[in-house]
Amino acid sequence: MTGPETLFRLATLNTAYAACIDADRLEDWPGFFHERCLYKITTADNHRRGYAAGVVYADSRAMLHDRVSALRQANIYERQNYRHIVGMPSVGAEKDGEISAEAPFLVVRTMRDGRMDLFAAGVYVDRLREDTDGVLRFAERLVICDSSRFDTLLAIPL
Amino acid sequence: MDGTSVQPALGGATHVWPPGLTRVPFWVYQERDVARQEQTRIFQGAVWNFLCLEVDIPNAGDFRTTFVGEMPVVVVRGDNGVVHAFENRCAHRGALICLEDSGSAKDFACVYHAWRYDLCGNLVSVAFRHGVNGQGGMAKDFDMAAIGPRKLRTTTFCGLVFGTLSEATPPIEEYLGEAIVGRVRRVLKKPVEVIGRFVQPLPNNWKLYMENVKDTYHASLLHLFFATFRITRLSQGGGVLVSESGAHHASTTLAPAQAADTTYRDAGLRSDNESFRLADPGLLEIRDEWGDGIQLQILSVFPGFILQQIHNCLAVRQIVPRGVDAMDLHWTYLGFADDTQDMRALRLKQSNLVGPAGFVSMEDGCVGGFVQRGTATAEDEESVVEMGGSGAETQTTRATEAAVRGFWKEWRRLMEV
Repeated sequence: MTGPETLFRLATLNTAYAACIDADRLEDWPGFFHERCLYKITTADNHRRGYAAGVVYADSRAMLHDRVSALRQANIYERQNYRHIVGMPSVGAEKDGEISAEAPFLVVRTMRDGRMDLFAAGVYVDRLREDTDGVLRFAERLVICDSSRFDTLLAIPL
Repeated sequence: MDGTSVQPALGGATHVWPPGLTRVPFWVYQERDVARQEQTRIFQGAVWNFLCLEVDIPNAGDFRTTFVGEMPVVVVRGDNGVVHAFENRCAHRGALICLEDSGSAKDFACVYHAWRYDLCGNLVSVAFRHGVNGQGGMAKDFDMAAIGPRKLRTTTFCGLVFGTLSEATPPIEEYLGEAIVGRVRRVLKKPVEVIGRFVQPLPNNWKLYMENVKDTYHASLLHLFFATFRITRLSQGGGVLVSESGAHHASTTLAPAQAADTTYRDAGLRSDNESFRLADPGLLEIRDEWGDGIQLQILSVFPGFILQQIHNCLAVRQIVPRGVDAMDLHWTYLGFADDTQDMRALRLKQSNLVGPAGFVSMEDGCVGGFVQRGTATAEDEESVVEMGGSGAETQTTRATEAAVRGFWKEWRRLMEV
């Protein structure tokens, strides 16, 4: 799996990932990850300094499911939605069936009253491999935000 | 002044303070004049402001830039190991002296005209002081020692660095009082390590966040996550400790009793949803690191510092006001330096509970904004702070607003209203 075909698969995956969140199909979102995975939202500064904590830190698909059930059933926040714009991925090394890739993203947040903000910008730093069913899934997705500031709260995943 | 309607000693303000501690008028969150006076009377007054952690500046020359209220401040470890802090403002034209969040320096030079400061904040050189080719330059009697950024006194306690601009501020242990000192020592019992930093801008006056921190009544009502998983419910053991001045507090929650608890269901409250279960319960594993059964301790130091222990999730939070209706909350997530790999992994998992995306902290990010917006034209109305009586003393229940009343007791003393 090399060259344009890989690029196409990754771009398609990123597009589907963004659409899943933006269309509020959050229940499908954990399905983009392997059962054992790492999903972390952090900042460029923390990443550079080697600080391990994230504002969201999940080391299993089950934890991603829990994020979604907490948002649906527990957490209180004003109605809002995201629009992800994900750039063309750059594909790194492929080793033992695992692909490294990065893709820049922008997320615009629209609040229930119509207010729109550029909520986040950054880069996805990914490790992907095919699952037993042949589907390409994230073994690791680090969401590295350029800014250290998270306005008000971060409810919906990036 | 307590118990009477008084005219606030605030230039231009015409509002009155209702009698007692159980009513808080909404103009306190709205008036520009109040916000300005808070800078001098509170943040620059006889209080200890959290500046940074000692571990942030381990070696001589290591610095961090921070804030005391809205005042930009440089905190730096001097050659002798002593911590210095000074206003991040050049004595010349007032530009920021230091533009980095942190780093290490031999001295500091303002980029505007290259005026130079030593690690104590003393002005040590002025570019072209004697002019160029015999022309220009400063007057012969120009005294560098006579000007400079304002300096803070600093103190350290349990690895925390505090600063004050007032000569009247008592030593930190006296400032905190014996009980709070014990509660800080309990959590910060050994050297810490920073594991992450985040800033959370909030759309509300800084006091609304501090009240939220001290409000032990809301926790299990607003935060469903808390209640359902019994991280804390008011029917669990614990209580709230309020310092004698009212200024500081520590609330604690003990491990739950084993018997089924139907207090919430019986009251028909939203926050009891028994059907909510985690697919990965690893997040709720708790290790009793302190051996005292305290699952949760939230501690505040007036005016804007919070020390948090939620299970094994440790953090300090610093409030930085940004005008009347905005503030930044600076989160520093901590582990202990001697954490095993397992323990650190557990802290990272539990960090999902707190911060801007925290299962139990998320709502605190928006609720202050709801008050700020809800009270848009209510400057002459007042909030009701009457849970658990009218005093500001330590209580063995968390169904109380005693610590919130304590905050206002101290605020009013310093603001002279």
